[in-house]
Amino acid sequence: MTKPNYNTAEMVCVMSARFLEDGKIVFGGAGMPLISCILAQKMHAPRLTILFEGGVIGPHIEVGRMPPSTNEQRAARRANMLLSITDILLLQQRGYVDYGFLGGAQIDMHGNLNSSFIGDPDNPKVRLPGTGGANDIASLASKILVSMHHEKKRFVEHVDFVTAPGYLRGGDTRKKAGLTAGGPYKVITHLGIFGFDERSKRMRVETLHPGVSVEEVKERTGFELLFPAKIDYTKAPTDEELRVLRQLDPDQIYTRPKEE
Amino acid sequence: MMVKPYAELRDAIDKKDRGLREKVVSLKDAIALVKDGDTIASGGCHYSRTPMAAVWEIIRQKKKDLTYCRSITSTEGDLLLVAGAVKHVVTSWFSAGVTWGVSAVMRHYTEKKLAVYEEWSHMAMGLRFRAGGLGIPFIPTRAMLGSDLVSRLPGLKEMDCPYTGERLSLLPALNPDVAILHTQRCDPYGNVQSDGLPFMDQDIAMAADKVIVTTERIISNDQVRRRPDQTKIPFFCVDAVVEVPYGCLPHECYGEYQPDFVNMDSYVKLMKSRGLDGVREYLDKYVYAPPSWNDYLALNGFKNILEATIQGRGIYND
Repeated sequence: MTKPNYNTAEMVCVMSARFLEDGKIVFGGAGMPLISCILAQKMHAPRLTILFEGGVIGPHIEVGRMPPSTNEQRAARRANMLLSITDILLLQQRGYVDYGFLGGAQIDMHGNLNSSFIGDPDNPKVRLPGTGGANDIASLASKILVSMHHEKKRFVEHVDFVTAPGYLRGGDTRKKAGLTAGGPYKVITHLGIFGFDERSKRMRVETLHPGVSVEEVKERTGFELLFPAKIDYTKAPTDEELRVLRQLDPDQIYTRPKEE
Repeated sequence: MMVKPYAELRDAIDKKDRGLREKVVSLKDAIALVKDGDTIASGGCHYSRTPMAAVWEIIRQKKKDLTYCRSITSTEGDLLLVAGAVKHVVTSWFSAGVTWGVSAVMRHYTEKKLAVYEEWSHMAMGLRFRAGGLGIPFIPTRAMLGSDLVSRLPGLKEMDCPYTGERLSLLPALNPDVAILHTQRCDPYGNVQSDGLPFMDQDIAMAADKVIVTTERIISNDQVRRRPDQTKIPFFCVDAVVEVPYGCLPHECYGEYQPDFVNMDSYVKLMKSRGLDGVREYLDKYVYAPPSWNDYLALNGFKNILEATIQGRGIYND
């Protein structure tokens, strides 16, 4: 197979963008999620509204002026409204927010995310920065998109700590905990796109990216994934998607390929 | 997880002189309102509108055993820990900033159990301040359920809604002893006018027993009365007003200056290469040595501050 004309980070950005529908509202984190949001606006979703956790509704992001974080004035440029952090996060509780983008140090088979501790939380190997708004977004946004690098140490059977709740222990445990809305929607990695089984809420393969084998995905996943009877493959990024994406991040600050 | 008794909260307000009076004081006198062992909350978020001058003075006055509450904690949290002022941090995220990676100080103090990092979700921090400002002991929410954040906060309660039967998390009110806030403009009476991202400042001011405001500039009460819609915190909440130009530096203040990236980069480099000794060196140079805040600013250099100012004001250019 010939080498693809896109790198793994570009693949994740393009695939994330494709899930964002026009006319909806998305919490865009800094970095790759924001690029995906803007790419979606430029490709197929011009009326997609971006929110930032720092309190920003509908900022106008210019090429080459990507804010490096979401709690600062660079993220507020030419916005429609600036709200307090509490109020912007509360928009989700009311039901206004369709998509949330999350990542983390670890994800498990039920889509729970960890950004708090590596190892035993009482005696951690590493204390990570923490939840920020991740717990709120995972609890309250309608659909959660997770983008992560696909590695065995990140895709684990049980996360060391549930910072941001996915489907908890699967089945109806999320609902029973009181989290009646939302939940993980898609997990987008450099190997494929993953969803969750309707009943068991276990992670399952939806499509593998072109050139990716079932063996490679199994090898890089620390738990048993569900596979469909017949594997479908992701439609590769189009030339147009790649052209627009590269305009947004010409120096590959955010879309540099991760080490394989 | 202590919720302050309501009678105590009312009493703290009752004891305030709530008349329209001038309360402009020196930074030193303002920070004298902070007592060892207090729970303090700071406004802004991450490296934006951090009341850095107040933090700087807290360290210089060698305050001890403070509990530090903030929505997202950046380098000021490092400084407070290493200086020995703070033993307990209540926050949702703690590191210098996305571009600077994980804080070695936060890791050292939490992993070695030298300090407590009490982790709440970002919205939970905000709702806790809001409940505090509303004068109610808790506020229900549909977040903070099911996760391990909940299991590490053993006092946190849940209930089934008396109307719908739905499961809800009951976030306890957070009423700090002292709030430290920075703003662009404030009059001598403490009418706080702010531009840009509001963060949680308003709720924090309403929740706190005492409020210290540092401001880029002090404007007249006449100016306030021309645009009363711009006043975000009323004068009677505020106990001390201090004029501190560039009072967030090296962090940013909306419309005034962006972060001083030279200072931030040099801090992170010192912290990463030399750990706590690097932070102590930074404290010696930037916090303990300069005789005044203006001398601290001079240390940062005119060129760097000018660059931060041009970038900060630039938001109004187009």
